[in-house]
Amino acid sequence: MSSVLVSTTINGDPVEFACPPEETLLDSLRDRVGLTGVKEGCGTGDCGSCSVTLDGRLMCSCLVLSAEVEGKQVGTVEGMVQNGQLHPLQESFIDNAALQCGICTPGFLVAANALLARNANPTETEIRYALAGNLCRCTGYDKIVRAVQVASKEMRKKSKKTKKK
Amino acid sequence: MRYEAPKTTKEAATFLKKEKGDAFILAGGTDLLVKMKLGISAPDLVVDIKKIPAMNAINHNASGSKIGAAVSGAELGEHKGLSKSWPGVVEATNLIGSDQVQSRATMVGNLCNASPAADSVPAMIAAGAKAIVVGSTKRRTVPVEKVVTGPGQTSLADDEVIEAITLPKRGKRAGDAYLRFIPRTEMDIAVVSAGVNLTLERGVVKTARICLGAVAPTAILVPAAAKAIIGTKLDDEALDKLAAACSAACNPIDDKRGTIEYRVRVAGVLAKRAAKIAFQRAGGA
Ligand SMILES: Cc1cc2nc3c(=O)[nH]c(=O)nc-3n(C[C@H](O)[C@H](O)[C@H](O)COP(=O)(O)OP(=O)(O)OC[C@H]3O[C@@H](n4cnc5c(N)ncnc54)[C@H](O)[C@@H]3O)c2cc1C
Ligand code: FES
Ligand code: FES
Repeated sequence: MSSVLVSTTINGDPVEFACPPEETLLDSLRDRVGLTGVKEGCGTGDCGSCSVTLDGRLMCSCLVLSAEVEGKQVGTVEGMVQNGQLHPLQESFIDNAALQCGICTPGFLVAANALLARNANPTETEIRYALAGNLCRCTGYDKIVRAVQVASKEMRKKSKKTKKK
Repeated sequence: MRYEAPKTTKEAATFLKKEKGDAFILAGGTDLLVKMKLGISAPDLVVDIKKIPAMNAINHNASGSKIGAAVSGAELGEHKGLSKSWPGVVEATNLIGSDQVQSRATMVGNLCNASPAADSVPAMIAAGAKAIVVGSTKRRTVPVEKVVTGPGQTSLADDEVIEAITLPKRGKRAGDAYLRFIPRTEMDIAVVSAGVNLTLERGVVKTARICLGAVAPTAILVPAAAKAIIGTKLDDEALDKLAAACSAACNPIDDKRGTIEYRVRVAGVLAKRAAKIAFQRAGGA
């Protein structure tokens, strides 16, 4: 079986790897690139634990072939940390106890980050709809929703401050 | 498996034509990759259509609209002009799956997967949508209701691919709507669904198309339901006739998601509600 060579950008860094044409982005990220933040919960698009962004759009990496990401920009949870600093969403998930086993957490973080990028001040209903593609079987959703609300507030405060400066 | 990403629709059709094994078009992959994962499909060739410029374009002007087969639900929802002219088609497509699924799922993939419960299909059929079909040697245009022939079955030949969906010219006094019934508020498969598209003249329904989903092996157009409201101001009597015609047209399955009796009844109720929304959107009072 011949493999495909994929050149792409992941979290801003150029990356190249070879894989079988039927391999999913989820498997390549975990097993070839070493980014194990993406998790496989279901492999069929239902749980969202494999969420990534592709050219800024949120999707399930289990439903993307690696061959498709040639020349594109992939974003994973690992890219949310900037200069060794946790992202405000990550801080807020810790502070608000929005995780237990943590399997679903990277997917929730990537999905919540995608939401806040297009809507800096979402309502609770908007948050719940935006996270409907992510399942958590231990924490319950209230704490997760609250963590996103707190983070969105923090982030708006910060962006106001930087605007003033 | 081989992966190809051609730059033109003709090339895509030629790849399909030449392949001796199982060949599949890949649009958003939200059905195809699930089937590959579950071992239901094992393609020898996958032809990705997302690098074809004509498939990624939305054209919307006074003479009608054309939506490329690779346009995602999210992109469709972000198009202001289409959302204004065809809110029913757009809302039906936007009901498909989560935000993650919306970034990928296409109307044409929804159609060609040929599930009786596909959400965008009744809305497209009610709208009078047509599919532009490209084969390795010729092109043709077919009404959307002629594409699906049964669960998982389409009328497309082995070398044919849908390039785009067209929607007719839209007048001022026109409206469409789509409603589905699901046991949850998000992320579920329609138990019954209804798409309604109508135009008005002096406050009276002039033309109408009504299509039901999930109540027969394919989405079904119900001309008798349209007839029941044409020439009326959508009064209660007309609405009751519409509901009765819809219920009479159902040929549903009985399963844990809904009994036959339930689906037959709810089809009428949903069609009524969708008709009221479409009427209001058309400026009816
Ligand atoms: C978590 C989840 C939730 C979902 N929720 C819903 C829902 O609420 N409602 C609903 O209706 N569906 C739902 N679906 C099913 C699926 O997302 C939709 O059917 C979607 O519209 C398929 O589009 P796609 O572009 O991803 O298709 P693909 O998977 O790319 O293709 C589907 C089929 O159509 C064929 N095909 C695609 N494009 C063409 C073309 N241009 N010409 C010829 N053949 C073509 C493919 O070969 C394949 O057989 C869901 C799926 C998932 C994973
Ligand atoms: S692993 Fe991709 S959605 Fe569950
Ligand atoms: S914390 Fe365990 S699944 Fe969410």
